Amino acid sequence: MKNELDVDAKPVIDKEQSMLVQKKMIADHFTKLTQAKDLGKKVVYTFVPGNLTELMLSFDTLPVLPEINALQSGMRKMSGEYIAEAERHGHSEDVCTYVKCDIGMMLKGNIGPTGQKIPDPDLLLLSYTGCFTFLKWFELLRDRYPNCPVAMLHVPYQGEGEYTPEMVKYVVEQLQKEIIPKFEKVTGNDFNEDALKRLLANSAIAEEDLVWVLEAAKNPISPIDAYFGGVYYIGPIFTSFRGTESAIEYYKQLRQEVQARIDAGLGPITPDGPMEEQKFRLVVEGPPNWTSFREFWKMFYDEGAVVVASTYTKVGGVYDRGFRHDPDKPLETMAEYCLGCYTNLNLPDRVKMMADYVKDYNADGFLMNSVKSCNSFSSGQLVMLREVEKLTGRAGGFIETDLVDPRYFSASNVKNRLESYFQMLAQKKAGPLESAEEVTA
Amino acid sequence: MITTNEAGGTLAELPRLVEKCEAVCLDFDFKTVSDWKEKNPGKKAFGFLPTYVPRELIHAAGMLPVGVLGADDSLEIVRGDACFQSYICHLPRSVVELGMTGRLDCLSGMMFPSTCDVIRNLSGIWKLQFPEKVSLYFDAPQNFDMQIGGVFYRRVLEEIWEALLKVSGVAATNEDILASIKLYNENRRLTSVIYDMRSARPWVAPASEVYILMRAGMQLPVEEHNAILTRYIELIEDEVTAGSRRELDNARVVVSGSFCEQPPLTLVRTLERSGCYVVEDDYMMVTRWLGSEVPSDGDGMHNLVQAYMDYKGESPAKFVPDGQKKGTELIGRVRSTGGEGVLFAAPSFCDPALLDQPMLQEALDKEGISYTAFKYSENTGQMQPIRERAGTFADTIKLWGDA
Repeated sequence: MKNELDVDAKPVIDKEQSMLVQKKMIADHFTKLTQAKDLGKKVVYTFVPGNLTELMLSFDTLPVLPEINALQSGMRKMSGEYIAEAERHGHSEDVCTYVKCDIGMMLKGNIGPTGQKIPDPDLLLLSYTGCFTFLKWFELLRDRYPNCPVAMLHVPYQGEGEYTPEMVKYVVEQLQKEIIPKFEKVTGNDFNEDALKRLLANSAIAEEDLVWVLEAAKNPISPIDAYFGGVYYIGPIFTSFRGTESAIEYYKQLRQEVQARIDAGLGPITPDGPMEEQKFRLVVEGPPNWTSFREFWKMFYDEGAVVVASTYTKVGGVYDRGFRHDPDKPLETMAEYCLGCYTNLNLPDRVKMMADYVKDYNADGFLMNSVKSCNSFSSGQLVMLREVEKLTGRAGGFIETDLVDPRYFSASNVKNRLESYFQMLAQKKAGPLESAEEVTA
Repeated sequence: MITTNEAGGTLAELPRLVEKCEAVCLDFDFKTVSDWKEKNPGKKAFGFLPTYVPRELIHAAGMLPVGVLGADDSLEIVRGDACFQSYICHLPRSVVELGMTGRLDCLSGMMFPSTCDVIRNLSGIWKLQFPEKVSLYFDAPQNFDMQIGGVFYRRVLEEIWEALLKVSGVAATNEDILASIKLYNENRRLTSVIYDMRSARPWVAPASEVYILMRAGMQLPVEEHNAILTRYIELIEDEVTAGSRRELDNARVVVSGSFCEQPPLTLVRTLERSGCYVVEDDYMMVTRWLGSEVPSDGDGMHNLVQAYMDYKGESPAKFVPDGQKKGTELIGRVRSTGGEGVLFAAPSFCDPALLDQPMLQEALDKEGISYTAFKYSENTGQMQPIRERAGTFADTIKLWGDA
């Protein structure tokens, strides 16, 4: 029985079964990483957007994702110390805090989120997709691991709002002539196209269930929060598990849980239990703040705001626009996947996506969470805000935080802004205000 | 008073030439461009942002390439600030301000190279804010294998070429591309000569003059710019003979990190006043990219592709391929210009330059090359802290450089 007087006791947090499953998947993965050298497995560092997980798994390598390590460090309140360590080593206070958190973590022994040391990379797979900083990040890592080869995949940007056959060809050629040969050299294994196809087929199954889950937010009572909950839902498919049987199982289970909530007319599960009243349906642009994740989320559900769609949950693939990995054209499908990731879309297309979400998900408004660290996301968001307002007629809100630098999360400022925004939405929902003349009369 | 020297030139011509160029490089109403258009009825101008774009193609398409490098500290930014959060660098603010105040109406389009995420996203802002203008994203490859990146790059150039011809309405051919390559080869050659003169005698060809000359080339037609550079070289040679510019006991420094957003002209001058001879820099790399000589016969497009692939210069906007060591080129530039130290001068919030810095500093440490660092914005007004920092650095080099 819970001791009501035990003020130090941690709050009981409701967790969905799928969250526990995911936690175990991650723990198992990190255990494998710590044993990688003993097991003779090669370790590949890479990024989330445009990740080539199926290819990595087809070579039986173990992925490490520095952004995920950074966000986990943020959630574990370690990132501030890591960032300070990187700044002590000459990194500017102005630059991406994911990078500094990662570098700081390495300087302090490279201890991962489970408390175990992350092994050194055997290959740095630089998938340069939608974020210029990735180039610099892996140049920095190469400096730390001078004997580790870098496989560099340049993914062209959709500057004109689409990807062309020439872009696909360029990426495929890099896969054939640069990436796969480096994997073969590092692992000592030949490229196994059949294994890759099997993994890609698995990916498509999981992707189907993920899209179903995300689109469940179209229900009048949304059974999910597509931002704060969404970041958990995308976890396996955006990281080391896409293409695996365990990812298929995870999404199957998640889908069942969401279906059960729809059947019961329930909203999403928050850290404080099931969300009850849903006053505001929102679309959110930009990554969340990780250092005060729960506090940030609470600011929403305390006000009855549920996020029905978010762009951040598309950084590792825009599956809800119809993309599925296609095992019949393994290299082309990986190229198309990389080219289509959210941060690789140009600004007009990002505006269109948000406006579509506002309409398709019947949102009351939309919110930009502008993070200091990420120019790829943030630069241009103020223009996007006005454009989405023009297209939808819905009011936009704007807040500023950071990814993992706790110095840039000002809870009171964010809360004030959100409360003002929600008040405005409430007034708009209540109907048009009487004109000043009528009030005076 | 006009002094005639032995070489027959007039010493007073040099300041006049520099003054003329300064007026061009601080012309943020782009009158230079409007005047050119008036003199060339029916012709169009096309803008570009840093770092590198193939100016030869814009020129060959019959248009005036115009570098839009911001607005120094001369422009009050109102509308530009409404588009960007406080932690975004200053360049896009002034570019948007220039656009929204109609100053860039003289341009029929803009080319945004793949320099960083901010310039990349600015290409989208342009599409949204100026739908009547052409906005081209120029995605240069980061794969430098001719058979892979080269093939892709060829296609990028072909698409850009088609778009440019559509804007200009000119039916240009390969011969036009080759002719433009020749002109820009000459421009790169003259630039190289001037940079060499400056590193040899920075008191005769000071950094601020060289900067002004190069920046004027962002608005002037290449033919006119070549003539100016040629004349400047002649006048500097006259100055060497006359010996009227006195050498000071300054420290020879290399400036690194100013590859995109430009420092205000006052800052360039402040560095000299603080006791530094800037013998090398990375301002306006578009003037020096591709090296000196691009073949000007055969297939012009192919020549541009090959030159891009072969160019080994480092830039914060360019991935250093496997097998090359970051900082090697900077060290080479320090050595070849007789630099005694490096001034890292990067714009605030510039991810590419600031993320490069720790790697470059580590490389310099290994070579025993001293350095210092500061940040600026194009509208930085307070020069005293920078003067003190650069001055202290220069003093340190002079006092303990050989220790």
